[in-house]
Amino acid sequence: MLAGLAGEACRQRLTGKGLLLKIGPFTVEVRSDIDGFSHLLRQFYGQFSLVDAPAIADFHVQIVRPGGVRRWWRPQVQFLLDGQSPFRPFQLGHAFPLFEWGLNWGIAMQAHQYLMLHSAAVERAGKVLILPAWPGCGKSTLCAALVSRGWRLFSDEFGLVRTDGGELVPLPRPTPLKNKSIEVIRDFAPDATIGPAFHGTRKGTVAHLQTPDASVIQSHIPAPPAWLVFPRYRAGARLHLKPIDKPQAFLKLANNSFNYRLLGLQGFQTVTRLVRHCDSYILSYSNLDEAVETLNRLADA
Amino acid sequence: MTDLGPGEWDLLLRLARRARLLGRLASIMDETGDIEQLPASVRDQFVAAMVFVSQYQRTARWEINRILAALEGSDVPLVLLKGSAYILAGLPPSRGRLLSDVDLLIPRDSLESFEQTLLAGGWESVKLEEYDQRYYRTWMHELPPLRHPERLIEVDIHHTISPLTSRLRPDPEKLLADSIPLADSRLRILQPVDMVLHSAVHLFHDGELVNGLRDLVDQADLFRHFGKNAVFWEELVARARMQGLLRPLFYSMRYTNRLLAAAIPGAAMAAAGDGAPGSQVLRLMDYLIEAVMIPEHPDIPRRKRAVAQWLLYVRSHWLRMPPGMLLQHLARKQIMHWKHRKATAGTLVQGKQ
Repeated sequence: MLAGLAGEACRQRLTGKGLLLKIGPFTVEVRSDIDGFSHLLRQFYGQFSLVDAPAIADFHVQIVRPGGVRRWWRPQVQFLLDGQSPFRPFQLGHAFPLFEWGLNWGIAMQAHQYLMLHSAAVERAGKVLILPAWPGCGKSTLCAALVSRGWRLFSDEFGLVRTDGGELVPLPRPTPLKNKSIEVIRDFAPDATIGPAFHGTRKGTVAHLQTPDASVIQSHIPAPPAWLVFPRYRAGARLHLKPIDKPQAFLKLANNSFNYRLLGLQGFQTVTRLVRHCDSYILSYSNLDEAVETLNRLADA
Repeated sequence: MTDLGPGEWDLLLRLARRARLLGRLASIMDETGDIEQLPASVRDQFVAAMVFVSQYQRTARWEINRILAALEGSDVPLVLLKGSAYILAGLPPSRGRLLSDVDLLIPRDSLESFEQTLLAGGWESVKLEEYDQRYYRTWMHELPPLRHPERLIEVDIHHTISPLTSRLRPDPEKLLADSIPLADSRLRILQPVDMVLHSAVHLFHDGELVNGLRDLVDQADLFRHFGKNAVFWEELVARARMQGLLRPLFYSMRYTNRLLAAAIPGAAMAAAGDGAPGSQVLRLMDYLIEAVMIPEHPDIPRRKRAVAQWLLYVRSHWLRMPPGMLLQHLARKQIMHWKHRKATAGTLVQGKQ
């Protein structure tokens, strides 16, 4: 467990040979020369398992300061995946969101052993609820609300679907809350741990919600999907859970995937199986309590 | 390979990914059946790599299908080159091979009508700068690449296999005349000896060696595959001599032998030796090629490799055009680069994908 490593030891590992973290099914090697980053990594990934070196890592990540004038003048931080920098640096203070975002990018580009849905996924009573993202849908907020009411977090960003059995694989990470969502979740779940707010990122202000320990500890346990709910947040909307037919759900889900086309026939078969096994709905809502209650009832029925 | 330790696997996977050979490694393990015995984390990365490769290969096949549809009614022969030839002909280098464009060889006198057919079919020119257009059309061996806006893959239309300004001047008529049809007779590939020579010319006289090791692996595969036929070696050297391509053939044999144990027969090696450069140049090439081909540790970039890469880049331009033209070209490229930087300054490239 990362929290078992003292702050100084963690920092040394990060600046030296690297820290090997088990994040969902992936082994991630992280190195960094930034103190503030080491501190936040230890806070948000404290309950995650450490992997003994040497190990076969899926991702080799570095969060480092670039050389040159940017070391001193308006200092920056760079994300390197396997020694290469796929995108432009962030301001130094945004090292942690850069790590989160960069790792998402790496997973989306590489983990084609799964069908990857751009969805949140949460589990209750051994069955998974998938909340696919679509513009302005409030997926992260709803996911955070469900998790704070006892659902197990699989992922806020990735529905990892096994192409052999169709099960969902957990990939719990800190949930990035954006802008108004931060206050909404603070009010909804006053006990939740929310990290520092990062202002002026690509997506406005971002603050990370800590993953509950129970979700991290069970992150090796996959589960079959049972519900596919397309959330639709609209201010003032009345709560309405509308069933949708399977062909419609299929098209929405295929379009929601990061790698549906890439998987070819396997993608088609995996989405087909998923849609067959799930009841699909559109959830219109404005009140989080009502939305959570409705989904609880759906799961307990 | 099944007895590698975790640290060795980790490094091997990283090096293979960097050299764009991860899919290739995966397909070898898949063929030999060893993939089942590998650690789960290795298997996962191999499976992901094979998915990636099959998407690219499927995309290339579909692009060729679309080109054939656009060409319906015309009798322009479609000669596939490199990756798409290996894939459509099912040759050994196609195993796990990535490709980012479809390369075609078209007779020079059909070039214009072929390009017009594709443009009418919806393909668009990727290089829109006037200088780029002129550069390709007057100096290069291919047209500016085309791409259909609905698809991601580029189509490169060649009319010969070496830049018009280069010192190598193989005759494309001979390549076309001796090309051989595939099962779908609308498609053709170069005959074996020409296929090898083209890959060698591309790698040693034209490319920037970005995918150098991958291309060398292709050549080793072709040598092993076609070399089973004893007459292949004699024909290969004779053809190279006739087309003035002994130098690239010599390099190809030398480095596939030295780095990939391609088992080139001694007699063939000796015959191609007529194409060897002077001993000083050869020593330098040995040093540079090995520095560039042998993948570097991702965490320990070597200056030696960067310098070698740069020298070979300069060399490729030197071979491609006479000095005056080269200076002019590099100056234009630099000015365009500055202009482009100015135009894009301030816009962050931070897309999701």
